Amino acid sequence: MKERILTCIVCPRGCEIAVDLSEDGSVTGVRGNACPRGSAYAERECTHPERTVTTTVRCADGGVASVRTRTPVPRDAVFAVMAAVADVTAPATLSVGDIVIADVAGTGVDLIATENRRPTK
Amino acid sequence: MKKDLVIIGGGPAGMAAAVAAYRAGVRDLLILEREEKLGGILTQCIHNGFGLHRFGEELTGPEYAWRYEKEVAELNIPYLTETTVISLAPDKTVTAMNRTLGVFTIEAGTVILAMGCRERPKGALNIPGTRPAGIYTAGTAQKFVNRKGYLPGREVVILGSGDIGLIMARRMTLEGAKVKAVCELLPYSGGLARNIEQCLNDFGIPLRLSTTVVEIHGKDRLEGVTVAAVDEERRPIESTREYIPCDTLLLSCGLIPENELTRGAGIAMDAVTGGAVTDEERETDLPGVFAAGNVLHVHDLVDYVSEEAEIAGRAAARYLAGHRPEGKPITVRAEGGVRYTVPRRITGHGAVKIFFRVGDVYRDREIAVFDGDRLLYSRKTKKLAPGEMETVALSAEKIASVESGEIRVTLRDPKNNK
Repeated sequence: MKERILTCIVCPRGCEIAVDLSEDGSVTGVRGNACPRGSAYAERECTHPERTVTTTVRCADGGVASVRTRTPVPRDAVFAVMAAVADVTAPATLSVGDIVIADVAGTGVDLIATENRRPTK
Repeated sequence: MKKDLVIIGGGPAGMAAAVAAYRAGVRDLLILEREEKLGGILTQCIHNGFGLHRFGEELTGPEYAWRYEKEVAELNIPYLTETTVISLAPDKTVTAMNRTLGVFTIEAGTVILAMGCRERPKGALNIPGTRPAGIYTAGTAQKFVNRKGYLPGREVVILGSGDIGLIMARRMTLEGAKVKAVCELLPYSGGLARNIEQCLNDFGIPLRLSTTVVEIHGKDRLEGVTVAAVDEERRPIESTREYIPCDTLLLSCGLIPENELTRGAGIAMDAVTGGAVTDEERETDLPGVFAAGNVLHVHDLVDYVSEEAEIAGRAAARYLAGHRPEGKPITVRAEGGVRYTVPRRITGHGAVKIFFRVGDVYRDREIAVFDGDRLLYSRKTKKLAPGEMETVALSAEKIASVESGEIRVTLRDPKNNK
């Protein structure tokens, strides 16, 4: 039995959460979270941590557009996502929610635009 | 030109105020925005974490702004971009300029100040040494990376652990830079705990508390900085000096409400917040002029900026409909560890939410509100920190029961009830 202390990143409240872990790494108890999302986060963080990646992508007009992964991806895949984004050039015209890269870096998650943009003059 | 309502600033506060005023019946209104598009600072805050309170989902800055841009467009609320307001006169004449209209004036029935805030610059920090290229405020670097697509440097030291600095530590790391340290003068970080976790700890970036930059090195380009630990009086300890080579120094040392226009109009200011003194409707001491968002006091979350701006927007609509506060206002005073409150006075009869910040980190304290010696409200807290804005909600009945003409917002230790 091991205890791990986490800072919850689900919301700005930033709860300090204590997680009980058994020998095989499975979660046996979660304390200190203020909401159910916190316990789900704590369990995920101890078994398969995930992060949303937010970054920018180069566009055809030479500018950049802001993008994110639609849902969190495995934390270990964050730099693979960054490398995949660096490899593409997005259209100069984009709307919020447009898919920029489908299944980015083999994560099964789409990279989507988070801004509306028109080609720069 | 004449307008019932002029809103200065088209960021989250300005847009939310405009939408709220429109829904409350104001039709003759205009937003004036300095940048080329609406959205304010949100357009460069491409990270997620916005909107959990307001929309129940986690959005990025541009997405949060888009929610309000859509409303502004749907309601056909007019706005001028690339338009800079030069002055606000005490009679509510707004003087502005842009490329097409030149210099022009608007006689405004009401004004909502929504200019936001800016970063504390290097000049205000008094760091000895040279002044080479490579030193930026974190927000300037954020604009370079996120809007222009330029990486300001490869080896980075960040001074100050405000949220923008933490966010930029992660952003620069993701783009291939090496962030060597985040130094914080105070013994605690002013940033959100979640940002220390996901922006620093995720990438093994050290947070060095009670540490500051004592010297800048390099002639044309930054070559390095000397950092040192500080004692309890925040004086650098000579024996701890350490040279860190770097080509970029980012400063994240606090935000200052941008109130040149407010001061120019002779509006009473709060020395602690750097914003105007207002009542619970966010009306300043110049009748018909309201302030909301980071221009009034720096917020942690844009969700609360929107909420505050809606209060100001509705209040401006009531002012235009002829409503004026009556009777003697109740003064709100910050005491005993509470640094400031917004509002500073209560003029109406409804429920009031008081926002405040504490001056230090406190554990197991009680937030208490007194009317004279009578306890009006109390709530136990586990932890209070300067980086986290706190609120106290007082019902209309509680406000009506105030007899002394003043309420005091304070902290007390539940053990000795002092």
